[in-house]
Amino acid sequence: MEQQTPYKHKFLPYLLVAPQLLITLVFFIWPATEALMQSFMVENTFGTASKFVWFENFSYILEDEQYLHSVQVSLVFALATTAVSMGLSLLLAVMADRVVKGAQVYQTFLIWPYAVAPAIGGILWYFMFNPSIGILAYWLKGMGYQWNHQLNGMDAMILVVIAAAWKQISYNFLFFLAGLQSIPKSLIEAAAIDGASPFKRFWDIVFPLLSPTTFFLLVVNVVYAFFDTFGIIHATTAGGPANSTAIMVYKVFNDGFVGLDYGSSAAQSVILMMLVGVFTLVQFKYVERKVQY
Amino acid sequence: MVENRPWLNFFSHFVLFLGVLIVAFPIWIAFVASTHPPEALFTNPIPIWPGPDLVKNYSEVLGSGISSAGGASVAVMLKNSLIMALAITFGKIVISLMAAYAIVFFDFPFRMLSFWVIFMTLMLPVEVRIVPTYAVVARLDLLNSYTGLTLPLIASATATFLFRQFFMTIPKELIEAAKIDGAGPVKFFVDILIPLSRTNIAALFVILFIYGWNQYLWPLLITSESSYATIVMSIQRMVMSAEADPQWHLIMATAVLALLPPVIVVVAMQKVFVKGLVETEK
Repeated sequence: MEQQTPYKHKFLPYLLVAPQLLITLVFFIWPATEALMQSFMVENTFGTASKFVWFENFSYILEDEQYLHSVQVSLVFALATTAVSMGLSLLLAVMADRVVKGAQVYQTFLIWPYAVAPAIGGILWYFMFNPSIGILAYWLKGMGYQWNHQLNGMDAMILVVIAAAWKQISYNFLFFLAGLQSIPKSLIEAAAIDGASPFKRFWDIVFPLLSPTTFFLLVVNVVYAFFDTFGIIHATTAGGPANSTAIMVYKVFNDGFVGLDYGSSAAQSVILMMLVGVFTLVQFKYVERKVQY
Repeated sequence: MVENRPWLNFFSHFVLFLGVLIVAFPIWIAFVASTHPPEALFTNPIPIWPGPDLVKNYSEVLGSGISSAGGASVAVMLKNSLIMALAITFGKIVISLMAAYAIVFFDFPFRMLSFWVIFMTLMLPVEVRIVPTYAVVARLDLLNSYTGLTLPLIASATATFLFRQFFMTIPKELIEAAKIDGAGPVKFFVDILIPLSRTNIAALFVILFIYGWNQYLWPLLITSESSYATIVMSIQRMVMSAEADPQWHLIMATAVLALLPPVIVVVAMQKVFVKGLVETEK
């Protein structure tokens, strides 16, 4: 990390970083430390006294079946969302890279779900899947399937996965398209002259060359599914039915604000923070590598 | 194009067209539902073409709001959302520009420490540490205020990081030239660095406006008074009340109003947004 630092000044640099640091300390470091401390404490029933219990909260939640269930739900949700969204976006990006006319128009129509709030996107799909008046539920009924995300955990999971993946299509599409456009055309032309079909060209040349983009998007999508989808869950299924869509971020909120179990909620926060840390390091390494050359 | 394959071109357009249809379908259905009287949405199949009540429904939510969901006017919510989104956007850009400038262009004892403290915030989304952050804001007596709504979200590692990356690409010769011409650090910042960052600032504006407008959990917790409610968080309450008293035509009108401003920003600034997003995050 080579840097140029041409100016020397007694107080100006401190003045410049002060606002950012101050807000970071008050609203990020302080609460994070508090969460860390609380994760080692247990409060009595009235919340009047607390005592230090080492890793009791952690060992408690790691043995708690409901917590382990939420970890499992998060994994299923994240993997399904990532697979659906990235698969669809890659297909669309490959097609948009092929067509010369109208690529810009398609892009305009594909980017705007990025701007829709997760909670609003969730509500739109919730409305369409509504068992009594939803248009999709009606069509499914016509095909012989009784859709009900209020009773059926699998239906509920499919609903939130579709809503989450729908919103992420724009982002993935833009990155895949940029990745595809940066692949030298000469490589593909050479393969075409050698008689490779479009399908073969994609698998043997384009897809391997696209792998940096794919890897980057993989990390981004998993992070998104883990941490940015609270609104979708809260506004539609509220973790139900029977916790079948209660992802980890939802459980932190629910145990803390609804269940008022601060010790457990704080321990969950700490685990999530460590998880974010791992993801960020992976991403950061990647970003730095890209920037170096 | 490498070679001419008419059927494959047709297939590409077909797939893209289908993709656009899938992506646009939820919005279309929401819009259609917002133009019908309530009776049209009581039983399936609900209409898939617009109805006659567009003006009536929208003026009802913007005026008196939805009575069964607290009755706050959507116009007030839109105002609150706009205040929150703009405060977060401008706040983030200004303090990130300043912090990145200090970290890249100045030599001072705590330079790297400052960078790492700021960088750590990248790791901690609000959702993850929601309970203690709420406690801190409550202790500072900032509940039900615009300050409480925006200030905790203004620190941004992402924006600082992006500006830092950009500043590091600025050639040393430019700074030397500015120095020879007698430009001090403040003048260099305001007259040279900020104009050079124009494109980055514009791209960040789009990204951050969307981020601010779409905040959900934070306003949900911080605002218990309806006069501070934002539109994105209020939708959930309306839907919950819809179980008892179906007002889907009004809820969908509110949803359309809630997604319109950020969508307009993205589409209007598409070029700079796409360029900024793909180039800066890579």
